[in-house]
Amino acid sequence: MLRIEQLSLALPYYPRFWRRRYATHLDQLSFSVAAGSVHAVVGASGAGKSLLAHTIMGLLPKGAQLGGSCFFKETPLDEPRKRALRGRELALIPQSLSALDPLARSQHQVNWAARRAGLAPASARQTVCQALAHYQLDERARRAYPHELSGGMARRVLTAMAHVTQASLVIADEPTVGLDPAQRGRVLDALAALTRQGKAVMLISHDLRHALNIADRVTVMHEGRCVETADASAFQGTGQTLKSAYARALWQALPDNAFTIDTEYARESHFA
Amino acid sequence: MLEACQLCYAFPPQPPLFEDVSLRIEAGEWVGLSGNSGAGKSTLGRLLAGYDEPTAGRIRIEGERFSTKGLRPVQWLPQSPELAVNPRWQVVRVLNEAWEPPEALRRAFGIKSQWLNRPVRTLSGGELQRICVLRALAPGVRYLIADEISTMLDPITQLALWQALKAEAEKRKLGVLVISHDAALLKRLCQRRYHLENARLHAAEHHQLP
Repeated sequence: MLRIEQLSLALPYYPRFWRRRYATHLDQLSFSVAAGSVHAVVGASGAGKSLLAHTIMGLLPKGAQLGGSCFFKETPLDEPRKRALRGRELALIPQSLSALDPLARSQHQVNWAARRAGLAPASARQTVCQALAHYQLDERARRAYPHELSGGMARRVLTAMAHVTQASLVIADEPTVGLDPAQRGRVLDALAALTRQGKAVMLISHDLRHALNIADRVTVMHEGRCVETADASAFQGTGQTLKSAYARALWQALPDNAFTIDTEYARESHFA
Repeated sequence: MLEACQLCYAFPPQPPLFEDVSLRIEAGEWVGLSGNSGAGKSTLGRLLAGYDEPTAGRIRIEGERFSTKGLRPVQWLPQSPELAVNPRWQVVRVLNEAWEPPEALRRAFGIKSQWLNRPVRTLSGGELQRICVLRALAPGVRYLIADEISTMLDPITQLALWQALKAEAEKRKLGVLVISHDAALLKRLCQRRYHLENARLHAAEHHQLP
């Protein structure tokens, strides 16, 4: 569905206001996301996970320097094509709940998303109704403004908006932050359900343990680089089948596992 | 000993968030608190730190009330560090707000010296969280309320934060209340654990640290 080859990204910054420098944020990333699967991208904050999502969606600020290439359904994904496809074939569930329009009821926002994707008014109405029911948003939630929604409900509204676009690639950026276990389960189930319709889901998260509940493949990112892409099943036991020390360290640091810093990784990174 | 006796708290006109909640934390002890969203975990934490007044009940340290003036002996560490600092300040000013942490301690918390002269907003959430935790460890502080402080951290950063805090808390006999959704994390950190549900505090099963 999506193939990324040697993707690099540098963004400008201004150490003095008349001087421009570039900082590398993504460094030669390569991996591919298969249709009908959940591909998790995990890593620490600042690893470049969200920038990767914004790069694929074509939402970068002006002056960004891009290298490498992306292919969507085996066709190069350049900036004009990103513009044409986003909101239709490509959908993003953003990290921030402030992406919702604070002055619109949730059912209207979902309806707008469907209309933007090119659905006719009548079929949009029907799709929206189905999507809202699918994500268990009741009458009160449908008529609520964003500030009246709980965190979990707002996430489900954003997921419903991505759902009605009929996109074949959905990128979810940290969809479970700040949710309690029941709500988190519901959001993750909703994402897993998308793959059963043959869609691809890219799940961006720092929360390795919960991402593993639904992921088929996992890409581990560290400081803008792709450290390792492995099957989700490699994250078990002591993680001995994982190739990189960083991925193993990430796995071992979980409270349900060793809860220690992997010694090999500690040596490599001079961890205090 | 930090002691809360028969606390009640209500946001009128709603029914009370909790009633008759009693809790003690000995010096040097780690206590865990879990509960669903909206159960009142954070409110209980804020009451213990003296940010809010309970509707009924009392909070004592070694049997005495604590003053809400100056440095408080109970420090509350909130989930979102961005909201606990002045975004216009430099990192070093935030860090040294209550005391000047020695360099060794800065290193133990993974705080890099090149951050110090940068504005606060240029740090990521995880970096800022470590600044906020170290800031709260001023001499005179005896109890910490850690309210979901590692939820937004990746596993390695989370572990490094807890290891640094554990070492310092042991050295200074700090009592810590860890509030989290993550049962596995609480099992790792705390000998005694409670679950807040239906306005009551229930003891979670006892589990020895491995």
